[in-house]
Amino acid sequence: MDRTPNLLETLKEIKGKRMKVLVAKLGLDGHDRGAKVIARALKDAGMEVIYTGIRQSPEQVVETAIQEDVDIIGISILSGAHVPLMKRLIQLIREKGIEDIPVFLGGTIPIPDIPTIEKMGVDKVFLPGTSIADVIRYTVEAVKKKRMKRNAY
Amino acid sequence: MHTNINKLIEEAGKGDHASLGRLLTVLETSPKDASKILSALKNIEKNAHVIGITGIPGSGKSTLISKLIYAYREKGLKVAVIAIDPTSPLSKGALLGDRIRMQEHATDPNVFIRSVPTRGVKGGLSFSGVTMIEVFDKIGYDKILIESIGVGQTDIDIMNVAHTIVVVTTPGAGDDIQALKAGVMEIGDIYVINKSDKPESERTYAYLDFALDMGEVGKKKGWKPVLLKTSAIMGYGIEEVVDSIEAHLKYMRGTGLFKNKVASRRKLMVKLLAEKIFLEELENVFEKVDIAHSTENEDLYKACIEIIEKISDKLK
Repeated sequence: MDRTPNLLETLKEIKGKRMKVLVAKLGLDGHDRGAKVIARALKDAGMEVIYTGIRQSPEQVVETAIQEDVDIIGISILSGAHVPLMKRLIQLIREKGIEDIPVFLGGTIPIPDIPTIEKMGVDKVFLPGTSIADVIRYTVEAVKKKRMKRNAY
Repeated sequence: MHTNINKLIEEAGKGDHASLGRLLTVLETSPKDASKILSALKNIEKNAHVIGITGIPGSGKSTLISKLIYAYREKGLKVAVIAIDPTSPLSKGALLGDRIRMQEHATDPNVFIRSVPTRGVKGGLSFSGVTMIEVFDKIGYDKILIESIGVGQTDIDIMNVAHTIVVVTTPGAGDDIQALKAGVMEIGDIYVINKSDKPESERTYAYLDFALDMGEVGKKKGWKPVLLKTSAIMGYGIEEVVDSIEAHLKYMRGTGLFKNKVASRRKLMVKLLAEKIFLEELENVFEKVDIAHSTENEDLYKACIEIIEKISDKLK
């Protein structure tokens, strides 16, 4: 965790240090410990984190990302419905034209499902046991990449 | 500046949430572009009703707002919410959780909710927060609800921007002396004891009723603060809150205080921007000043004036 402030410093070069993350629980699933741990860790790393709470529909998540104009979307699913839910989410993201916002997924995802999910356009899948430092490092790098591509706010 | 501001304004005006979302980000990140947005909108005169919801953390402000949104949507009004949550002074990060209670409205095309961290601003209300009110107003929202961070004594700034102030408290949140203390108990137009399904609500009502009856500071000509009991989560007492807010709006419009509030809001906006520009530059200049030299060898007051002069030279 020591390295995280430096990671955020690197964002200065791109466009301000401010970084906004959406953490959402997608689908009928109340297991929110993981999402809360991630939300808290990203906050402690200096990011502005919007947490939606549990049982969100793909429509709610995408609309929230739009209204809050977030840099990155983190989804947590432990219900087993990750394939259809992520498919719908990515489809909506494309319809709304915000596909430059990277999406990452965390939860109990069986390894054979990972290629399917990544092929949809999900940037990264984190499995149980992932270190918090890895998640922080990933989010900063992903946002950096996105900002370099989007030459606007 | 890569984004075409006029294009964003045009699309946002048509109801495109993505453009409005981006426009608000510009307000947050670039004071210079924020001024461009404000000047592009300056000829539009709309009169949105700005309602400030304040009160202790955990009193149910977000839940109450969610119920108010339902009530306003039933009347066919467009609603914007600015939900302020604290920024950590240590990490500079923030966990913005007000939305959780309002997510039922996420997919309503006539509701727009934006979370705003305080980012170290003293009064709790930042320059970007106040400019957001201005933009929501001019883009055609009828009701603009501001949820404050809820540490009552410090977020008095909300008084200068909201036409109507609703202070939310809960049963058991202190005795009659707490109610008489200076601060948030002086600024409300409407006081709501939420979670009134709890047993202590009668006593809390009596304490507040007594405090409000004696109050001199908060007394406004022609308006006696209203005290109400609700249970936002159960939906009790919401109609009375909506009616009182409308009655207060009528009073504000009738007395001309409505216009005064718009003026004081714009004045605060200028002050907050000046403060923001100054403080950001102070950080930059301060790092390069030889503090030891100026405190040992020179007049401290003079040294500070020199720092201010340096800042003003740099900004020119």
